[in-house]
Parts: sequence; structure tokens; C-alpha cells
Amino acid sequence: MSMNNVGRPTRPEAANEEAEGFASLSGGRGLLQDEPLIFELGGWSKTGVDLPDAVAADSALAGLTRDDAIGLPGLSEPEAVRHYVRLSQKNHAIDLALYPLGSCTMKHNPRLNEKMARLPGLSDIHPLQPQSTVQGAIELMDRLAHWLKTLTGMPAVALSPKAGAHGELCGLLAIRAAHEANGQGHRKTVLAPTSAHGTNPATAAFCGYTVVEIAQTDDGRVDLADLEAKLGDHVAAIMVTNPNTCGLFERDVVEIARLTHAAGAYFYCDGANFNAIVGRVRPGDLGVDAMHINLHKTFSTPHGGGGPGAGPVVLSEALAPFAPTPWVVHDEGGYKLIEEAEGVAAQAFGRMSAFHGQMGMYVRAYAYMLSHGADGLKQVAEDAVLNANYIKARLSDLMSPAFPEGPCMHEALFDDAWLEDTGVTTLDFAKAMIDEGFHPMTMYFPLVVHGAMLIEPTETESKAELDRFIEALRLLAGAAKAGETDRFKNAPHLAPLKRLDETQAARKPKLKWKPVAAAPLAAE
Amino acid sequence: MRYLPLTPEDRADMLGVIGAGSIDELFVDVPAVARRSEPVDLPHHAGEIEVERELLRLSRRNRSAAEGPFFVGAGAYRHHVPATVDHIIQRSEFLTSYTPYQPEIAQGTLQVLFEFQSQVAALTGMDVANASLYDGSTATAEAVMMAQRVTRKNKAVLSGGVHPQYVGAVETLAHAAGVTTQRLPAAIDAEDAVIAAIDADTACVVVQTPNVFGTATDVTKIAEAAHAAGALLIVVTTEAVSYGLLKSPGAMGADIAVAEGQSIGNGLNFGGPYVGLFACREKFVRQAPGRLCGETVDADGKRGFVLTLSTREQHIRRDKATSNICTNSGLCALAFSIHMSLLGEQGLRQLASLNHQKALATAKALAAIPGVEILTPRFFNEFAVRLPKDAAEVVETLAAQGVIAGVPYSRLEPGAGLDDVLLVATTETTLDTDITFFAKLLAGAVQ
Repeated sequence: MSMNNVGRPTRPEAANEEAEGFASLSGGRGLLQDEPLIFELGGWSKTGVDLPDAVAADSALAGLTRDDAIGLPGLSEPEAVRHYVRLSQKNHAIDLALYPLGSCTMKHNPRLNEKMARLPGLSDIHPLQPQSTVQGAIELMDRLAHWLKTLTGMPAVALSPKAGAHGELCGLLAIRAAHEANGQGHRKTVLAPTSAHGTNPATAAFCGYTVVEIAQTDDGRVDLADLEAKLGDHVAAIMVTNPNTCGLFERDVVEIARLTHAAGAYFYCDGANFNAIVGRVRPGDLGVDAMHINLHKTFSTPHGGGGPGAGPVVLSEALAPFAPTPWVVHDEGGYKLIEEAEGVAAQAFGRMSAFHGQMGMYVRAYAYMLSHGADGLKQVAEDAVLNANYIKARLSDLMSPAFPEGPCMHEALFDDAWLEDTGVTTLDFAKAMIDEGFHPMTMYFPLVVHGAMLIEPTETESKAELDRFIEALRLLAGAAKAGETDRFKNAPHLAPLKRLDETQAARKPKLKWKPVAAAPLAAE
Repeated sequence: MRYLPLTPEDRADMLGVIGAGSIDELFVDVPAVARRSEPVDLPHHAGEIEVERELLRLSRRNRSAAEGPFFVGAGAYRHHVPATVDHIIQRSEFLTSYTPYQPEIAQGTLQVLFEFQSQVAALTGMDVANASLYDGSTATAEAVMMAQRVTRKNKAVLSGGVHPQYVGAVETLAHAAGVTTQRLPAAIDAEDAVIAAIDADTACVVVQTPNVFGTATDVTKIAEAAHAAGALLIVVTTEAVSYGLLKSPGAMGADIAVAEGQSIGNGLNFGGPYVGLFACREKFVRQAPGRLCGETVDADGKRGFVLTLSTREQHIRRDKATSNICTNSGLCALAFSIHMSLLGEQGLRQLASLNHQKALATAKALAAIPGVEILTPRFFNEFAVRLPKDAAEVVETLAAQGVIAGVPYSRLEPGAGLDDVLLVATTETTLDTDITFFAKLLAGAVQ
């Protein structure tokens, strides 16, 4: 009855080469089993749902129906549960250990948020049902907006962008609309530091801007003289991350804003690192015109293996009229979503997507904000910065901090100078961390630091976990310097798989399961 | 504070190790004008009990779909999601992991993405699919941008059956990227009208089936016309369950198929997060946006999966990237894939038939009401009706009586002159008694 198992890899010899000469008889590795694809497990006639039979009725779809096989395997419920649970065990996760990915803010994801997002009155509601029947949902959006505006000291927010990069797009489109409305449509250049996230130049280019890089000083900040030289009547905006991707606060940020505004340009701040300053510094006090906020970083919504995220954008007075629809408004009649670019939203530049944005993420972020409160959020920033500086302080004797002078913010950046002559690269070192039970740090970013290792612990790590992490890195650093290159070159040794051949994957892309030629597609 | 593990003693010890006298010394780079010693003007922290009370208060001010008859669709659909799906997606290893940039410790997520891509390619009848985009509307916009890259032409023609909010998302991106859009007037059954608008400058035509009015169309002729002019055909679907009953976009000649995948595995969630499906012909894959997962082997020759062709992406290509996208909709794609695995081919076909039959039954009941006219000639699980009254008013009237009747088309496109048109959607969750009650109330409301 099962369809076909052709193509399923059974390589007991390969699976067992490691494990100190010991091999299981069936080819598995204890409780960690190779897991076939659903196409190798399932059956074409198998299903894990019990649905009532459809009653035949006259349909006008003659000639439009799909009569050939689709090619979808089905699993019974027990098989499905086992398949996905087995797969899950091949993943690292923040719930397992410190996850020090710099620039990603892998903090604890409170389960209360998940529970609240599943309340039927918040999850089982449709974006287009009458607004009179979703007053609580629109009020929640209004409350979230109030918190984001207050925390950033900005007068307006566009909630709908679906991720950080989508927020960048939203911010630049508001800037572009403002310039066009003010007769400044000729401004076609965006300035961004070399250390910027890749999304910054990608977004700017997408909006038709030419990107010009701003130089960086030796102490990891924007070079004011270079900025001033490059500003002019052709510049639409600058895009600066603050705290920046080197984990440093741009101490001249107020002057950066002043120079930018004096040149008639707007200041877009990449808010990816807002976690370092939330509740303690308001970007509005620094002269920022637009900034996206990754709810999946600072406000703890889960990363989910790569999304969904949410990227609301706070806007200054000058940019607020151009915010995309929908807008939330509130009067004595209740809460209302303005969905068309008319009335108060007449200058809106358009809409970012269908519907109203990532409501499920709004609920989680709002529950998180209420839990922490203004006092707790300030403590978040302080503990995030304290943890990063603690790591930096305890590793600086063995590893080389990229910017040794002064404190860092929420992440500690090292270069690879300390690995010189060891034969071990940043990549090797990072992969060896896996064998010690930790996810690697962000590697080779920012681009301005050679062999960069960017470590962001976040505020949700205990001192004991930080110490465990630090000890592991110190042992590894010692091993690298002692010439134990085999430990590094073939790392990881203890992960579900060894290093994967990414070159082969790209040269001959195999992007979906295909039946082996001889196998019948609808075998019974 | 329950999410913060450091004790005051820890903090003091750590400051000592760092050599700082106080936490303020670590914020020394912040300009004086922006330094705050006091918290901002917002409430202080709250326990689980208080937070639950506030969220429950807000949730109770909304009428959830499960409370009674509910006929709202237009791009988001209330389907039954098996309990298994929500259980699995809350497993720590899926919920709290990052993008799988370290494949050795992310094979769970990567294999799921490979299976998801395979499922989406099969459903759409296309060669390859990506690992998902934000939602159906942004996937449509990305498809238009991709057509511009492939054809090096700058005009997109959109049919009058494309969801107006999808049109809005496309126009926003197109305007930013210098692509001209020509959207034909709203039309219930005129996807073919795009043929007349195709010219030598056309990069792509965008059609939707079933369209926003529910009309299903064989787009084969449109594909032929587009290809003859060197343009790509982009087929949009907002109800992914329809793939179980209707001809696939690939079988009808689509070059790019995009869809909203919410219907499978994902709840309504007031509009998001959802999951954009994106599939295309193999020859265009290097121009595709978003993440792609591919099969490879590890150093021992064992099968494994990695993110691949990333030289298209922003973190490598920066200002030359195919898209600025940095995330997909990972957890929603997982939910989609689990639900689809549970359904299987047989379950999907049965689900699709059920949806269709419920719509036929509902249309029959509404057509019997004097003054109510079914406008959609060929529909899957959603159709448009003309009412003898303003549709938005009728929806409010029925909502007050416990039935959410559908979406007045005027909510999506106020200026279209279709104020009397109501979009009515059904799914397998629609009960026969819902249909009877809806028809009874509607008959009363339009008298």
C-alpha cells in the first residue's frame, strides 16, 4: 500500500563511521534516527484527517477540474506526529541553550504570549469582518502603537510591515513620498555605512536609489567628515543602524541627525538593535525620522525557524502623513481602520500588503510589553548590555575584541587576529562551538571587521549560562592555540550531520523531491 | 521580573568583572540629551494574571468566526486545522530556532522546507517553489518584480479580478521599482480581457483564479497570448484549497504561480501572519526572490539540506540582490506542510469537494430569495451576489443578528460602483443550519 521508498538513503556504513568504531546493527545512531521525507514515508491514498463525504451536486466547473494526480503524500496522524517530532530533534533552539547570534536578538520567547495569541477572540477573527465586530482587535493595535510611540519618542507608527526588511521598505517609501510632495524628487542617493545590514542597500536599490557608502572611523563609528562631504542636495536619506552592527552606540548620532537635516535629507535608523536601548533611550530624542522595530527581536515574538516576523515603523512628524494604510483612528464612535488613501490618510503612499499586518505578532508583543512594563523594559536594555560586556571582559585575554576601548552595547564583537597562525578560521571555530552545545555566533559580519565574530547573548541568559558559554569558548580558544586543528577542521563532530556540501547544492540545485524515474507515481 | 534571570548580586559581580562602577558607565556613549534615568511614561510590569485579564478583555470585544454563521472570505478563509498542527509548531525546536544558517544543527527546519517546497510545486503544478514569502499579496508583488528582471520590460497588466488589496501591494512595490501598472476595471468574469492589453512593452500579466469574485477561469489562452508577446503569466490564487479541485496554474501555462497559503494549517489571525506561496518555471529560478532550500550531502555522504542559491540574496549581493527579503514565513510554512501531510492527496481532494458543495448549497439557498442574484458563473467556494440594497448595510444588519454575511465589495474598492455586491465564502466549517439561517435573515433584510 505504501507508495515508494525509492531514493530513501540507507547507508548504515556511512551513518556509523564515527562513534568510536561502534555501529548499530540497523544503521541508526541510538535515539537519533535518519528520517525519510514524507514522500518516502507516506501513501498516495493515506490521510490523517477524517472528513465527511461530500454530497454530489451539479457543478459548473466542467473542464476546469484537476483530473491528473497531484503528487501529494499523506500520513496518518501518528506517523505525522512522529515524523515532525523526529525532525524537530535535529534543530538547535533558544530553549536548549544560549543562542549568541549577533544582530538577531535570540531571547527567550514567553509562552504566555503564545497562549494569548491563541485566544479565539484574537486568533479566530477575519481581517474583513465588519469593524463593529472587531473593536477589541483594533483597540489592541492602537494600544501597541501607543507603547511603540512612547518607547521611541516618535509621534506616529505604521504597524503593517511584515518583517524588518519590509519595514525598511516602508520607511524609505515614506521618505520618497515626502520628498516628492516637497518638490525634492530629484534626490536619488542614499548614504549607508559599509557596516550596514545587507537589507539596507538592497532596500534602497529596490526603491531606485543609488547607494553610496559612508566611511567608518577606527573606533567603529560613522566618519562625520566623510558623511558631511557626501551629503548634499542629491541625498534623500541616510540609513544608519544604532546601536550599530559593531555593537557600538553612535556617540555622534545627534550631530549625524543635524547634518542630515541641514542637507535636506531624512534620517532612517535601522532599529534591529533596539533591544540595547529600549526603555532607556528614545530614538526620537536623537533626531531619527523613521525606524523599524523588529517585534521578533526586541519584543520577543518567536523566530520560528525564519519567520514570521513583524516590522512596524515609527515616523517623525515630517513623515507621518505619508504612512501606508491601514491607519488606526479612535473617536467617540470607537476604533476604526482607515483602509483607503483618503480623508486623513490622503497622502498615504499606498499599502504594504493586503489586510492589516501581523496581528498574531502584535498580540505577542503587547503581552510582552505589559509583562515587562516601562521599568522592566529599561532593565531589559541594561541586562542585555551588561551580559555582552561581561562576555567581552571575560574573553578579551584570549580572543581579540575588534574595538577594545570603551564599553560595547548589547553585543561583543571579536576579529580573527587571535587565530593568526593557528590554522583555524572563524568558520572552523564557530562550527566547533556546535560540538560544545552552542549555536555559533554571527560570523563574517559586519564586513568591516576581518573574520568577524559577533556575540549577542541577550538579557534572558543567567550568569550561570553565560559562565558555561564563556568556559566553553575559553577551552576552545585554548585548543585552537594549542594546535588541535583536527578538532576544528572537521567540526562539528557531534551534530546530526557533518559539514554539508553547499557548493554541490548550488551547482546542481535539487529543490524538490522527484520520483525516481522507474517508480510508478501512483503505485498501489 | 520573571523573564530576567540576573539577580542584583549577579549584576554587581559582573560590573566588578567588567570594571565598571555602575550600569550607567556602560551607556556612556549615549549623548547627554538622550540619557534617561527614569522609565518612560508607561505602566510598570505586570504578572501573568494581570496580563491575561487585559488580553481577555480585548479578545471578548471581538466576534470570533466560530461563534456562529460566518461567510467571510476575500483572501482569508476559516478552515478547520487539525490539533496536531498547533501542537507541533509549538515545539521549542521549531518555535524558538533562527533561520537555518547552520545546517548541521537545523536539519529539522531544512527538511521541512524541502518538503514544503515539494508540496507547493506539486500543488501549483510548477517546476520549483521557494521556502515561502510573507503572504499572498507580497508574493504577487515580488512576482511582478521578478518578471521585470526576467523580461527586462517595465509594464505589468493586472486583470479586473485581482484582489484590490493585492493590487495595492503590487502598485506600492511597482511604483518604487519603476514598473508601470495597468489594472483593468473590476470585472466578475473577464480575466481574458487582459489579452487585449498585452503589448510589446508588457513584462507580465497578472490574473487570479478563482478571482476576487470567486470566478474560476481556464487561463490557457492568456498564457499563449502572453508568451507570444514575450511576457510572463503570473497566476494568483488566494484560496489554496482550490488546488485540490481545479486545474493547476502550471497545467494552464503559468510562468509564476503565487498564492496565499493561509487556508492550509493557519488560522485567520485578523490578517496575519500568513504564508505566501511562490513557484515558477525552473529556468527562472535564479531570478526568484526569497529563500530556497536544496538537497546535498554532508562530509560522510549522508543526505542533508541547506539554504542554497543565496548569491541572489541581500546578505550576499546587497544592492544587487533580487529582493530585500531577509525572512520567510517559516513557522506558517511548517503549519502548512504539516496540515498538507495530514490531508494527503486524498484528504485535500475531499476537503476541496466539501468546500465546493457547501458553496453550491449556499448559492442555491440565496438564489431563491427574490431580488438576490448570483453573479459568479463558475465558482469554487466563494461567489458574488447582487443585492437590492447596499451590501455594507446588509452586512451590518445581519451582524447585529448573529450572522457575518460576507465582504461587501465596496470595502475592497470603494469607487468601483459595485456597492450592491456581496462576496460570500463557505468552507467545510459551514453548517447546513448556518446556510438556512443566513438565507432566512438575508430574505428579511432585503425585503
